[in-house]
Amino acid sequence: MMSRPQSVKKSPGRKPVKANTRAAGNTGHSWFGQLFQQHQSVAVDSLSRLLQEPGASFLTWSVIGIALALPLCLFLFLQNLQQLNTSLDDAGNISLFMDLAIDEQALEAARLEILALSEVEEVTVITSTQALIEFQEASGFGNALDGLDENPLPAVLIVNPATDDIESLPALSARLQTIAGVDLALVDLDWMRRLYGIIAMAERLTGGLALLLCLGVVLAIGNTVRLAIENRRDEIVVVKLVGGTDAYVSRPFLYTGIWFGVGGGVVAGILAITAFMTMSGPFSRLMALYNSDFSLSWLGVSDLLSLLLVAGGLGLAGAWLSVLRHLRQIEPS
Amino acid sequence: MITFDSVSKRYPGGYEALTNIDFHLKEGEFAFLTGHSGAGKSTLLKLIMQMEKASAGQVFVYGKNLNRMSRRQLPYFRRNIGVVFQDHQLLFDRNVFENVALPLMVTGYDSREAARRVRAALDKVGLLKKENQNPIALSGGEQQRVGIARAVVNKPVLLLADEPTGNLDPELSAEIMNLFGQFNQVGTSVLIATHDLGLIDRQRHRVLTLDKGALIAGNSDTSAVSEHDE
Repeated sequence: MMSRPQSVKKSPGRKPVKANTRAAGNTGHSWFGQLFQQHQSVAVDSLSRLLQEPGASFLTWSVIGIALALPLCLFLFLQNLQQLNTSLDDAGNISLFMDLAIDEQALEAARLEILALSEVEEVTVITSTQALIEFQEASGFGNALDGLDENPLPAVLIVNPATDDIESLPALSARLQTIAGVDLALVDLDWMRRLYGIIAMAERLTGGLALLLCLGVVLAIGNTVRLAIENRRDEIVVVKLVGGTDAYVSRPFLYTGIWFGVGGGVVAGILAITAFMTMSGPFSRLMALYNSDFSLSWLGVSDLLSLLLVAGGLGLAGAWLSVLRHLRQIEPS
Repeated sequence: MITFDSVSKRYPGGYEALTNIDFHLKEGEFAFLTGHSGAGKSTLLKLIMQMEKASAGQVFVYGKNLNRMSRRQLPYFRRNIGVVFQDHQLLFDRNVFENVALPLMVTGYDSREAARRVRAALDKVGLLKKENQNPIALSGGEQQRVGIARAVVNKPVLLLADEPTGNLDPELSAEIMNLFGQFNQVGTSVLIATHDLGLIDRQRHRVLTLDKGALIAGNSDTSAVSEHDE
């Protein structure tokens, strides 16, 4: 095999050929610094590629933005509903209707006794006279009441419990019932239970809807990234031929996915803020009709940041799915 | 540098591109691979690059058994091989400099060191002044030289070329061959697939001849220089 003199010339003093190991010739920067620099340039490059086709990119961003805006608005609505619920302080109050015959001293004694309970935060007294005046003003039956000899309305103690837990109210109510002079302890739990029920259902609905729409966003971004991969097929082939790793080849597409997600998040944020600006005027007029100064709470900075984070994460997930599925199929041939 | 041990390649569908190939290319050697089109030249190069897997037999490249190479190791393996294609495989969405820099970029080279190496490679192929141009604006010969600069920029131990002078006139072909000779002189092993027999005649190098997938000449070092009988 070795008999013929070789026509190969070697330069004098050349060391035996040795295969380069990875990244030979790296100088200066640390491994981490280089990785950071690489990621930074890929991130910038991916974004500028999207901005080079503003029409197509904006369309994708809008699709993602609309899909994200719906659960976002529902979430905000829900948050406001819960706040509205806690702002309705008297919702969890217990009304104590006193014996008709009770005198002022006994009423005061009952008030003090109740106030001494640890479960009670505040007790408001409505005397029978006050109740009568209020009733006459509010009900429109004033004239009918004038015809009565006696005040038919009992004095009422309104007990504001220290706890927010409505399920503990029946026990407290039963205890208050035993106090001398209390004719009837009434706690209206039904409508609160209904409200809580509605909120719980809306939470589930929002959760389910958000899950579905997020899945839609992941798939939409995955499909868009698939097209981007197809468009850069030649480049992928060449990069693989010159020794680009799968990680290197995937990186621009993963960043593309992140940018699609983040851009969609920005659109969703703008849509949600617009929706709330449109809503807040009519809403505060509606609240004014209920003598409430309750106003809609807005998206905070931290909400917006987490929106962008979630949107970027969804984009990354979609791109990752696409890269996993399609990038391996593109091989030099 | 390269050893083929009873290598066959059968494509799906039953077409046998290579049959029982045995040869050894030494470190620092310069050899031509020739034969009619369809003889299996490209397939042989693809086996070396791991663009295709051998159906039977074993391929060793700088001591690595390619049959045992995992997908994960493949990119690192390819970084030691420079390849020049007949169709250049240049990217027209970036300039000449960026095309040549690609093999360095994938290894995470320091950008200043990379720039130095890219300019050295472009200088070698005489295109230093065109580094900012898009390769689409260059002539065929110039594009091929950009491809060569990209193939050698990370100083590979092995240089493969598939019909590198395919579309070039004789004068340009000679120039390109001269370049390959220069890289070989500094120790790079070179294997060039070509059917340009005139070109081979002018060079005094070993010639491997394929015919219908079989190696009919040049498979041992005893083969005479330019032993081809077409």
